[in-house]
Amino acid sequence: MSGAGKDAMQREGAALTLRDLTVAYDRHPAVHHVSGTLKAGSLTAIAGPNGAGKSTLLKAIVGELHPAEGCIEHGLSAREIGYLPQAAEINRRFPINVLDTVLLGDWHQSGAFGRVARAARDRAHEALSTVGLEGFERRPIGSLSAGQFQRVLFARLLMQQARLILLDEPFTAIDARTTQDLLALVTRWHGEGRTVVAVLHDFDQVRTHFPQTLLIARELIGWGPTEEVMAPANLLKARAMAERWDENAAVCEPAA
Amino acid sequence: MSLYDLFLAPLADYGFMRRALVACLCLSLGCGPIGVFLMMRRMSLMGDALSHAVLPGAAIGYLVAGSLSLTAMGIGGLIAGLSVALLAGAVSRATSLAEDASFASFYLTSLALGVLIVSLRGSNIDLLHVLFGTILAIDSEALTQIGVITSVTLVALAIIYRPLVAECFDPGFLRAVGGHGPLYHVAFLVLVVLNLVASFQALGTLMAVGLMMLPAAIAQLWSRNLPVMLVVASGTALVSGYLGLIASYHLELASGPTIIVTAALFYGLSILIAPSGLARRYFPRPHLTG
Repeated sequence: MSGAGKDAMQREGAALTLRDLTVAYDRHPAVHHVSGTLKAGSLTAIAGPNGAGKSTLLKAIVGELHPAEGCIEHGLSAREIGYLPQAAEINRRFPINVLDTVLLGDWHQSGAFGRVARAARDRAHEALSTVGLEGFERRPIGSLSAGQFQRVLFARLLMQQARLILLDEPFTAIDARTTQDLLALVTRWHGEGRTVVAVLHDFDQVRTHFPQTLLIARELIGWGPTEEVMAPANLLKARAMAERWDENAAVCEPAA
Repeated sequence: MSLYDLFLAPLADYGFMRRALVACLCLSLGCGPIGVFLMMRRMSLMGDALSHAVLPGAAIGYLVAGSLSLTAMGIGGLIAGLSVALLAGAVSRATSLAEDASFASFYLTSLALGVLIVSLRGSNIDLLHVLFGTILAIDSEALTQIGVITSVTLVALAIIYRPLVAECFDPGFLRAVGGHGPLYHVAFLVLVVLNLVASFQALGTLMAVGLMMLPAAIAQLWSRNLPVMLVVASGTALVSGYLGLIASYHLELASGPTIIVTAALFYGLSILIAPSGLARRYFPRPHLTG
């Protein structure tokens, strides 16, 4: 195990900076005037009630949504970011096997046309054994259970060797054993100095495994060491956030 | 009647049968894989829509260049098919209309336009040719055109194979790694239209997708492995083409529909006996130990 707290302290420099970020759907903000810095090599949980803009924030970071205001600064290319969306638009019936799926993670090197190096194949086998799926290489992905498939996606993330890893509710509807194994993997990434951000629902998971927390309820409620941010007062504030849109909301003017 | 009379004599005796067979060979090599990818992208009906979309362009080509000038009709069809594909895509992106809905509107419009244009000047016979194809009337010029389209298709598919698979399987991933998914989607649509133009001459607008979708469905019943599926699709398309031609010769049937019916027979057979077919469902083999 790596010294989870120590790491975040030692590393200086920002992996990612949010400047007054607002992301809106139909002009209604889902993330509202959020600013802050994600330290390089930190392990951060994003927590908050339903509709708090957690997934929206991740989508804005990977560039799927465009900010309505403010900006995100990270000097990383798309290939250096590993993103596991919540409801991946994966065609589970596509005739592709486990090994080829994992090898897609080598995209940053092989690209669309290049050959897949022998080393990459070796790394794919290694990644599969890391997630506990050795011997599954030739299995079609359609035959896997939900937990096994999530392990395959984590193996693909391993292949990507991304510097910034974004996970959107990676353990929802996943059994306890798999969750534990994958959490160990997250901790390993943290130990390797990668910056990891995960949207999570389970507050116990957040408290035990994530040194940093970003608590959001459309507006930022707290961002920092987990025990400070997850204080009862903050959680109450987050819960009090109205989930529904105000149809007649006025235009948001910057405070003078 | 000897086997030779049955299976080879028609080809040995008549040049138009040989040309038809070569056309079938080319079409099955190109259309089989295209059909599999269409099906994998859940665009089976989109292929049908696109094949109708080819019609007005082909009809204009026919009006301009006269009866059955295949080059003019081919170019016209290509332009019409591509414009409908791109316009429908653009409309669905710009409005809240789903892509299949906008495709449906566009292809109905183009089918109506196409039939109107043909009936402006042509006879009913011409209309029949446009709708159902004239595989026995294919000349060497048309054959060259089909051959070129097939070659382009195979080379292009080989080049874009990986990104196309990624785009079909997990478009979100491709987007996240900056893989230009929409580019390959458009490239694939171009290939679809090209192949529709090729098979339009042989099978007509109404059945041009026949040699794409039926073999693809058969392949899906027999295999869970993409390369194998591509081979199975091309193979069944070729065999259906050959047997359909022979049958249409001996039974004096229209050749295009006979080819498609032959493919449909293979499809029915596959539904019964393929690994994921009915027979296995009702007569399951005993399960294994692990």
